[in-house]
Amino acid sequence: MRVMFNEVRNNKIKSYFLMFIFLIIIAGLGLLIGAIFGSLIGGLVIAVVCAVIYTIVVFFSGDNMILGLSGAKEAKKVEFPHLFHTVEGLAVSAGIPTPKAYVIEDEAMNAFATGRDPEHASITVTTGLMKKLNRQELEGVVAHEMSHVKNFDIRTMMLAVVLVGVVALLSGILLRSFLFSGGNRSSNNGNAGAILIIIGIALAIFAPIASEMIKLAISRKREYMADANAAILTRYPPGLAGALKKIATDPKPLLKKANKATAHLFIANPFQRVKKGASNWFSTHPPIDERIKRLEAM
Amino acid sequence: MQGWLIAIIVIVVVLVLFVVFLYNSVIRLRNQIKNSWAQIDVQLKRRNDLIPNLIESVKGYMKHEKGVLESITKARTSIMNTTDPAKKAKASDALSGTLKSLFAVAENYPKLQANQNFLQLQEELSGTENKIAYSRQHYNDMVMLFNTRIQTFPNNVVARMMNFTAEKSLETPVVERKNVKVQF
Repeated sequence: MRVMFNEVRNNKIKSYFLMFIFLIIIAGLGLLIGAIFGSLIGGLVIAVVCAVIYTIVVFFSGDNMILGLSGAKEAKKVEFPHLFHTVEGLAVSAGIPTPKAYVIEDEAMNAFATGRDPEHASITVTTGLMKKLNRQELEGVVAHEMSHVKNFDIRTMMLAVVLVGVVALLSGILLRSFLFSGGNRSSNNGNAGAILIIIGIALAIFAPIASEMIKLAISRKREYMADANAAILTRYPPGLAGALKKIATDPKPLLKKANKATAHLFIANPFQRVKKGASNWFSTHPPIDERIKRLEAM
Repeated sequence: MQGWLIAIIVIVVVLVLFVVFLYNSVIRLRNQIKNSWAQIDVQLKRRNDLIPNLIESVKGYMKHEKGVLESITKARTSIMNTTDPAKKAKASDALSGTLKSLFAVAENYPKLQANQNFLQLQEELSGTENKIAYSRQHYNDMVMLFNTRIQTFPNNVVARMMNFTAEKSLETPVVERKNVKVQF
C-alpha cells in the first residue's frame, strides 16, 4: 500500500516530464521548419502554440483518442452485466471510483486501461477475453488494469502513446519533405547541404529522446508491479496466472485493430506470438512465462 | 546563547510539524475507514433491495422450499436492525449462506433456470456478494493501515496523548473461492 503512494508520485513526475520534453521537441522542430522557410521566430511561435494546445487536448481527452483508435465501444450494463460487476467489485476493492467499461469486438484476448486519473479512467477488454476466461481469471485481468488506474500508470502511458506518436509522425513528415526538397535543390546551391546537416543533427537528437520517452512508458517493473497489486486486490494470484496462461496459449493472439503506438498499453503484446524466453530491449512486454512464475510463487 | 536559542526553536518547530503531519494523516485514515464502512453499507442495502424481487420471482416455482425463503427474509431483516459493524457483518454472512443454499437448490428447477428474470437477479446478486466481500477487504486494509500508523514508534506516544485507539477489523469468513466456478 505504501509503495503505491510512491508509484503515484513517480507517475505524476514522469507525466510532467513527458509533456515538457514534448514541448521542447516540438519547439526544436518549429525552429527547423522556420529555418527552412526563412523565419526562425515564426516557426518557433507557431510550433509552441500548437504544441501547448495539443498537450492540453491530449491531457484531457487522450484516452478518447486511444479508445477510438482501438475500436473500443462503451459497454452497456444490460449487455455485459458480468463485466460491469467485475469492474465495480475491483474498484471497491481498490478504493477508487468505478472506471468506465469498454469492449472491443475481437476474438483475441487482451485488455488495457487508460485515462488521466482514477476519476477519469476506463478499462477495456476484448469480447474474446470475456468469452474464454472464467470468473476468477477475468477478475485477475481487471484487477491488473485496476492497479494501473490506481497508481496513475494510465496517465504516463496515455501521454507517452499520444505524444510520442506525434513526434514520430512529425519527424517522418519532416524527413520526407526535406529529402524531397533537398533532392531538388542540391544540384544548384550549397544551401540545401547546410539544411541537410541541421536536420540530420536534429533527428539524431530527437530519436534518442523519443525512445527515452517510450522507455518511461514501457517499464517492465510497471507490469510486474501491476501483477503484484492485482494479487493484493483479489487475494487470489492463481486467477491472473490462469488468465495469462490462457492468453499465452491462445491460438488467436493478434488483435485486429492494434497499432504500434498503442501496443504497450495492453496486458499482453497484441502483435507477436509468445516465444519462450524471448525478451529483449525491443519487446514491449515482460515475458509472460516469467510473470506467471512470479504469480505462482506468491 | 543565540546558538542555543536557534537550536531549541528548530527542535520545537520540527516537533510541531511532526505532530501536525501525524495528526492529519491519522484523521485522513480514519475518514477512509468511515468511508469504506459506508461503502459496505451501500452494498448491503443494495442486496437487501434485491431480495424481495428474488423471492417474488422464485416463489411460484419453489413451493416446497418455504424454509429457505423464510430464513432469507429473516436474515435480511436482521441486517437492517443492527448498526454495529461486527454484528452487521455477521448477519451479512448468514444471509450470504442462505442465498448460496437457495441458488444451490434452484439448480434442481429447470424451469427456474430458464427464467430470464431469475438469471438476471442471480447475476446481480452474485455481483453484489462479490462487492460486499471486496468492500470488507478494503475496510480491513484501511483499518490495518490506521492501526499500523498509530501503533508504531514514535507515533504511538503521540497517538496515545491524542486518544486515538486501534480500530477493529471485520472478521472475514473463510471463503472457499477455489471451488466456486461460475461459468457464463
